[in-house]
Amino acid sequence: MTAARRVVVTGMGVVSALGTGYAAHSEGLREGRCGIKPITRFDPERLMVKIAGEAAQFEGEDHFDRSQMALLDRVSQMALVAAAEAFDQSGLEVDEATAPRVATILGSAMGGLTTQDQNYYIVYHEMKNRVHPFIVPRLMNNAPVSQISMKHGLMGPAYVVSTACSSGNHAIGQAFHLVRSGAVDAAVTGGAEAILCFGGMKAWEGLRVMSKEACRPFSKTRNGMVLGEGSAVLILEELEHAKARGADILGEIAGFGMTADAGDIVQPSQAGAARAVRGALNDGAMNPDEIGYINAHGTATAMNDRVEAAVIHEVLGNHAEKILVSSTKSMHGHAIGAAGALEAVATVMALREGIVPPTVNHEEDDPDIRLDVVPNTAREADPRAALSNSFAFGGLNAVLAMRRWDGA
Amino acid sequence: MTKSVGDEIIRIIAEQAMVDEREIKPDTSLEDLGLDSLAQVEVVFGIEESFDISIPYNANDPSESEFELSTVKAVTDAVAKLIEEKDPA
Repeated sequence: MTAARRVVVTGMGVVSALGTGYAAHSEGLREGRCGIKPITRFDPERLMVKIAGEAAQFEGEDHFDRSQMALLDRVSQMALVAAAEAFDQSGLEVDEATAPRVATILGSAMGGLTTQDQNYYIVYHEMKNRVHPFIVPRLMNNAPVSQISMKHGLMGPAYVVSTACSSGNHAIGQAFHLVRSGAVDAAVTGGAEAILCFGGMKAWEGLRVMSKEACRPFSKTRNGMVLGEGSAVLILEELEHAKARGADILGEIAGFGMTADAGDIVQPSQAGAARAVRGALNDGAMNPDEIGYINAHGTATAMNDRVEAAVIHEVLGNHAEKILVSSTKSMHGHAIGAAGALEAVATVMALREGIVPPTVNHEEDDPDIRLDVVPNTAREADPRAALSNSFAFGGLNAVLAMRRWDGA
Repeated sequence: MTKSVGDEIIRIIAEQAMVDEREIKPDTSLEDLGLDSLAQVEVVFGIEESFDISIPYNANDPSESEFELSTVKAVTDAVAKLIEEKDPA
């Protein structure tokens, strides 16, 4: 029997509220910079919540010409820019022979929402009877995946995963499974989301779970989530494949756990989330005491943070209070279908650089949490293994287990 | 005015709780009617639409909201106040 195939990360690209490019994103995480600001990309006058984690400096026009832009919603623009950076870093070359052995799997909860929003406005409000011919290829949920596959000539399995706030983690988990099983040698994976348009914000306002002031995960004073946007793309490769071409290995995906609560459409379940965390640990053959860092789902709603803390105490036991637990959503906002991917990048960074990103906007400890949430300032640490949690609306949980790459 | 506000609120709550309006009294609590947080958000929305007002309600932590959603009477009083603030007599 041959040894199990191992899966490593060889490239990462990012667009987020902290900037465009891994360097800007990771610098923001290290500095504990908050990318959540007053909305500037559209008129927020009629909104109740006027803040978000906009990728404010990202303009599609800086990256694509007019004919390309006609086919690209913002969600695809960001995904393509993140993918190009990930490919650059990884040095992975795909030719006719290898193309069928490369998968493209991204998470996106709401696809080309801005395109939908703008065009509903045109037909319902402006009463126009005609829209641009490319509205459907712009707005379809799989557009970012198809655009990346076409741009880089990737001919293996390609699809989009849509599980709300867990989409990114589910996508990375699927890609991990495909590489580990031997179905493919490499996968381009992650997530993309661009929901910061007027209609998108109004829809979220309806649920009344957003903060008007700030995203304060795990702080006693937290009062809701703040939306974000962006894309993160990771190149996963089978270990020997990466070694054979002399790739720079950034980290290892060691395990993946996924479960459904089969409970409530919005309330999280401790049991369902705990099963996912346990599943990731078991799949990665990790003991709780190996985990040095957890990138939390940490939405800053009263309910999520309380339940998530309880899950961490339940599954990690006595070791829980020694683990550094942070929510980087406090800096880049909740980018829904891209959240897991942005956070996977943060987790790889923590493992690789030995710097754990903080939970910013922390004001006051919450006795219900009892965790080291790395308040406000990044911490030098030496985690060998980490978890990244995503617990979605609809009760869909997805947890990644990762290891530091030490060269063997 | 307050009477009709109360009647309308009872109608909205009864519809959401799927009970007869006559079962709803001023001291009836929304929780006792089985209205969970999601249903309470729908009640708030129904009231806002009916009276064309904006209710400061945070589902994330209802106890921290400026709007009291405990009993039918509390809701009615708070809505009457919001209507009053919107159209001062």
